[in-house]
Amino acid sequence: MKNLIIMIIKRLALGVLTLFLLSLLIFLSVEALPGDLAQEILGQQATPEAVAAIRRQLGLDLPPHIRYIEWLGGMVQGDFGTSLALKRPIIDLIAPRLQNTLFLTLYTACIAVPLAIILGMMASLFRNSYFDRISNATALSAISMPEFFVGYILIYFLALSGYFPSMANITPSTPLLEKLYACFLPALTLTLVVTAHMMRMTRAAIINILALPYIEMAHLKGIKPSRIIFRHALPNALAPIVNVVALNLAYLITGVVIVEIVFVFPGLGQLMVDGVRFRDVPVVQASSLVFASAYVGLNLLADIISTATNPRLMRQK
Amino acid sequence: MSPKTTNTSSSAPLLTMRNVHIKGLSDETWVDIINGVDLDLNRGEVLGLIGESGAGKSTLGLAAMGFCRDGCKITDGSIEFDGLDLLSQSRQQLRQLRGRRIAYVAQSAAASFNPAHRLIDQFCEAPLKHDVMARSEAETYATSLYERMNLPDPDEFGLRYPHEVSGGQLQRAMTAMALSCRPDLIIFDEPTTALDVTTQIEVLAAIRDIVKQFNTAAIYISHDLAVVAQMADTIKVLLKGDEVEQATTAKMLKSPKEDYTKSLWAVREYARAEQPLVTGQQPVIEITNVTAGYSPRQDILKDVSFAIHKRRTVAVVGESGSGKSTTARVITGLLEPRMGSVSFAGAPLPANYQDRTRDQLRHVQMIYQMADTALNPKLRIRDLIARPAAMYLGLSGRALEDRVRDLLRMIEMEPDQYIDRLPSELSGGQKQRIGIARAIAAEPGFIICDEVTSALDQLVAEGILKLLDRLQSELDLSYMFITHDLATVRAIADEVVVMKDGNVVEQGPKSEMFVPPHHAYTELLLGSVPEMDPKWLDRLLESRGADNIGDAAIARMK
Repeated sequence: MKNLIIMIIKRLALGVLTLFLLSLLIFLSVEALPGDLAQEILGQQATPEAVAAIRRQLGLDLPPHIRYIEWLGGMVQGDFGTSLALKRPIIDLIAPRLQNTLFLTLYTACIAVPLAIILGMMASLFRNSYFDRISNATALSAISMPEFFVGYILIYFLALSGYFPSMANITPSTPLLEKLYACFLPALTLTLVVTAHMMRMTRAAIINILALPYIEMAHLKGIKPSRIIFRHALPNALAPIVNVVALNLAYLITGVVIVEIVFVFPGLGQLMVDGVRFRDVPVVQASSLVFASAYVGLNLLADIISTATNPRLMRQK
Repeated sequence: MSPKTTNTSSSAPLLTMRNVHIKGLSDETWVDIINGVDLDLNRGEVLGLIGESGAGKSTLGLAAMGFCRDGCKITDGSIEFDGLDLLSQSRQQLRQLRGRRIAYVAQSAAASFNPAHRLIDQFCEAPLKHDVMARSEAETYATSLYERMNLPDPDEFGLRYPHEVSGGQLQRAMTAMALSCRPDLIIFDEPTTALDVTTQIEVLAAIRDIVKQFNTAAIYISHDLAVVAQMADTIKVLLKGDEVEQATTAKMLKSPKEDYTKSLWAVREYARAEQPLVTGQQPVIEITNVTAGYSPRQDILKDVSFAIHKRRTVAVVGESGSGKSTTARVITGLLEPRMGSVSFAGAPLPANYQDRTRDQLRHVQMIYQMADTALNPKLRIRDLIARPAAMYLGLSGRALEDRVRDLLRMIEMEPDQYIDRLPSELSGGQKQRIGIARAIAAEPGFIICDEVTSALDQLVAEGILKLLDRLQSELDLSYMFITHDLATVRAIADEVVVMKDGNVVEQGPKSEMFVPPHHAYTELLLGSVPEMDPKWLDRLLESRGADNIGDAAIARMK
């Protein structure tokens, strides 16, 4: 247990450092964008005085390192700044969107992760059988199609016939069951997109383990193949599986903008795309940092789970 | 415990194999592994299976459980266990036999225990899944077996994970696990090969005690005759899938019939004459008061000193973890010592290999235990040997080609036949010869041989030792021989250095080291090497006491 706590503290420190470096990177890349923000806000006809005034008002006349420190200081305290385009506190824009995105991610994960791991285990159990080949081929076809295409196909088959809504424009006040119903198609689309990767990794990780002497030992003890996979191989294959799951969850949080657009889903991705479009620098910076935190946090979680499930790491002599 | 059903009289053999043929898939073609072997085993009898690697011992042992590894198939013959024809049983029926009535003890317990589960859970799995015992009953039984096998703290022992116990303990725990359903037959597949000699004894004693106690029949597979002699009632010798001969242990040891068996027996008698001691000469390699370790807190070597003279072989002996290989790393400059120094022909060598001159590097060469991993699999023999010759001696073109051919002739491999092969196209012994050629290509004065024969069969190993001996006198070489095998020491060493926990506990000429009185640890080490006498283990246990062997005996010494 002590090992785990030390490891968590170490990884947390490392995560904070990573986030710090990322914040620097985000700030610098936004800084490097061409054009002048004040000019952009006021349009071509603005007088130089008005531009200077708005620059002062936004703090753009200060040197970059001061602006960075102020921005980071605000972020750390939960003050995400104000949207330039919408003139509202960014926290009010991000919070409901983030909630939606997390909801969709969780929803998808609840379908995709068990599905991928069970399919992966069955594929490794019935290796090279028809089941293995068909599930592999299906998963690969699903991953090979562009997300929006998968989305439209699902809309064509499941929404046009009236089973599920094609619009997932939920609000914070939508009741849970209705939310689940409304978001079914986007969740299914994303499931089709991420399952293949996780399933194939599960299959490969387990098949790797199946070549080891302790698996032969289990066979020679007369243990059933299904129990060998579940009880003898899976616990030892968890580390790679957990990592690929974390990677896919992070992808679900950050990379689903196209699916959001297809299903008119009010997620974080759209907010960021709009931010880029309207040169709303504080929004872009804030959502980038949220995405970065999701990546760092999920990878940290994956590391903790792989350590906690490995007795060799947990109980060192 | 549920009563066992026995549907044949106890006088019939427990296991009968007739004309068994097994084929294995190798490079997409089926090759013969076992060509028509017969085998009979009675209840309570122990059969020793002897042979070199590739003889098909393990394959035959697994076939006795109706099990074939991936890429193997039983093509002909019959295997009958207690009246059941194993080859016509369904998978499910076979599963009910395995673990319950026939159990298996693998070579490497460390690899054969699942690292994710506690020992007790792995012990209880078979009894529970076969409905032989309830969990609590199985746990009590485990504790009693752990106690019988002299495992420390039997009540708590099972709560540990495999990585938390020593190799010898793990091997005993695996034997206990094999007994969990009280099987009629246990297959022991080289259960002590991976262990140190002193640890080997405690496992051998435990296995023999248990086999006698429960009247379990066993097939004991090993390449080590002396070990099998302690365990088996009858011995069967296999060679490349054919039976050579079978006889009772006493008869087999005293008067083997076949030439092959005789040659196996004879290997252990190879010993070269001890070179006369050189006095007043500068040693080739001198290690002076070396203290070294990998982490700043821990010293692996503590004040180690010894010298190696010209044309002499110094064997460094000790168990795993005693610091033999660390000494080699200090000499080669891979590990900088914290204190002390290494000198070559009187001149001190820089501690770090990066600070050594090319000539200093040239003079210290190494031959490794695993020729498989020490040779680049993508390079041809020509390039493997040419590289050091080109790098240290500046040879190129015609001269280099001639040199490579000369070197191949020196290691008794026909240049035209082998020069363009890849390492994968050579046998284990031939690969090791290439390793030797690569070392002498640099024209060194000193070679470290790190367990060079321990991965090889006895006959092949003997050939390597003879080759090294010949090269030594032809090329004026000095060797440092790292080994845990005292038979190798007896065969090739002039001087012996015994190491334990990073200290040199005793050193001297071979003629003195093999004659008492010894340091207590040397005594234990020497006494633990099995002898070709079936009564050896009995006598040893009687003289030392059953609880004064292996780890316990070493602990007592401190």
